[in-house]
Amino acid sequence: MHGKTSWINATSLTLGFAFFYLPLLILVVFSFNDGRLVTVWTGFSLRWYAEVLQNDEMLEAAWNTVRIAALSSTMAVILGSFAAITLVRMGRFWGRTLFAGMIFAPLVMPVVITGLSLLLLFVALDIQRGFWTIVIAHTTFNLALSAVVIASRLVSFDRSLEEAAYDLGASSFATFTQVTLPIISPAVVSAWLLSFTYSMDDLVIAAFTAGPGSTTLPMKLYSSVRLGVSPEINALSTILISVVALGICIAAYVDFRRDKNT
Amino acid sequence: MNLRWLRRLFIAIPFFWMLLFFLVPFAFVLKISLSDAARARPPFTPQLGLEDGWSGLIDRLRQFDLESYVWISGDSLYVTSILNSLKIASVSTLLCLVFGYFVAYGMVRAPRRWRTPMLLALILPFWTSFLIRIYAWIGILKNEGFLNNLLLGLGVIDEPLIIMNTTTAVYIGIVYSYSTLMIFPLYASLERMDGTLLEAAEDLGCSRLSAFWQITFPLSLPGILAGCFLVFIPAMGEFVIPDILGGTQTVMIGKTMWIEFFSNRDWPVASALAILLLLILIGPILLFQRHHERHLGKI
Repeated sequence: MHGKTSWINATSLTLGFAFFYLPLLILVVFSFNDGRLVTVWTGFSLRWYAEVLQNDEMLEAAWNTVRIAALSSTMAVILGSFAAITLVRMGRFWGRTLFAGMIFAPLVMPVVITGLSLLLLFVALDIQRGFWTIVIAHTTFNLALSAVVIASRLVSFDRSLEEAAYDLGASSFATFTQVTLPIISPAVVSAWLLSFTYSMDDLVIAAFTAGPGSTTLPMKLYSSVRLGVSPEINALSTILISVVALGICIAAYVDFRRDKNT
Repeated sequence: MNLRWLRRLFIAIPFFWMLLFFLVPFAFVLKISLSDAARARPPFTPQLGLEDGWSGLIDRLRQFDLESYVWISGDSLYVTSILNSLKIASVSTLLCLVFGYFVAYGMVRAPRRWRTPMLLALILPFWTSFLIRIYAWIGILKNEGFLNNLLLGLGVIDEPLIIMNTTTAVYIGIVYSYSTLMIFPLYASLERMDGTLLEAAEDLGCSRLSAFWQITFPLSLPGILAGCFLVFIPAMGEFVIPDILGGTQTVMIGKTMWIEFFSNRDWPVASALAILLLLILIGPILLFQRHHERHLGKI
């Protein structure tokens, strides 16, 4: 469906994107403000960036979060690929409906429930809470996310490619590594990126499953946000927004290059 | 032979992971919700379980009650938070639908070369940290914030609008952070639509508006439904938005649960609230899964 852009469509697009971008724009602009207030402009300064980069607690929380995100998304894409292949390629097996439900439900389940239930599991099993319990919690959510992303790629590709490999005498292992894996690899990459972003962003599940000494960046951010606005948070937010923007631009560029080559 | 084992392994590893870390934990939530609150570590005494052997279990079963649930139904705070969550989630789903429909429709109607940049432009704020997006609104909405300064400066209002720490701020926060989840499925279903249907309607003398209501709208229903589930279900249990933008007067079930758990350390009541929230949402979640399988292929 396509056609002329009428004035009403142009207006809704303009207002819509302004709504999405203005708050972030204001946030970014005031991170460069010299004064303490984040609503009154007093002059250009980079002092809040210097403060953020000297805040050791913040940096430690950020490093924690990156490690948790990298570990949990790597585990999640491996397990998620297994789950996606199971759901799309294995046909019926005992418990398939239950399995599909367990993959689907975490994606929409309110995080307060997921967080609380995992915490109670760790307490019941007498597991010390900390870095690894957050990794497990995030892997669980990201497994579901990765499985759905990879499954949608598997559904849309031509199964006869795998059958052709079998017919030409390839073993099931060779078919998997030489046909199936290359086909799902773009989905695996985007599943990893999505999982990483989710893990970097999650406050609620991390807050429930964290222990002493395993504070993550969102938890740190949350406790400072509760104290009110401050230019330091604006500076930190601007850094994080730039990282996401850069990531999206790289992903879009890679995608564009691939489309051009094929 | 090895194919069979590979197959079993492929199924078993993610299956047991999800069983252990997603499904089994709910049993513990249920168990704790039936326990009694206590000053201990962890802060509850179980009513079910074999810690003291079978005779201990039987002793405790004699005194078994639904303390947390009775407590919840008797206290207006909990009832209000459940009703309030239902109201806020429904209204904001509707707001997201109206706003999202305008944007998605505009995107589909825009020149083709704009579409990829626009989709990317939608993804960027959506991938930005949830907390940051909510935080950005504090500076705008508070009494001496950006919006009030602007409106006062323009002479539109004489005294600052009080939006921060009200339900209105919560609505703005939810629409801001969840409407992307509405736009994507709407865009997908509008994009798939066959444009010749509209041309045929126009040729047959149908006005643009009635062509919209009779053709475009019904054909986008799968997208509308998916978007509504995607917004309503997580909005029901939302914690961050009512906590940061809603102030003390906006009570929602997710926030009440958080306070019971972290501030009051009443684990049984927090668990009971989680069970109630789950009971409310299990229907929508199952319906959504069925809808998803029917319209977007098997997962």
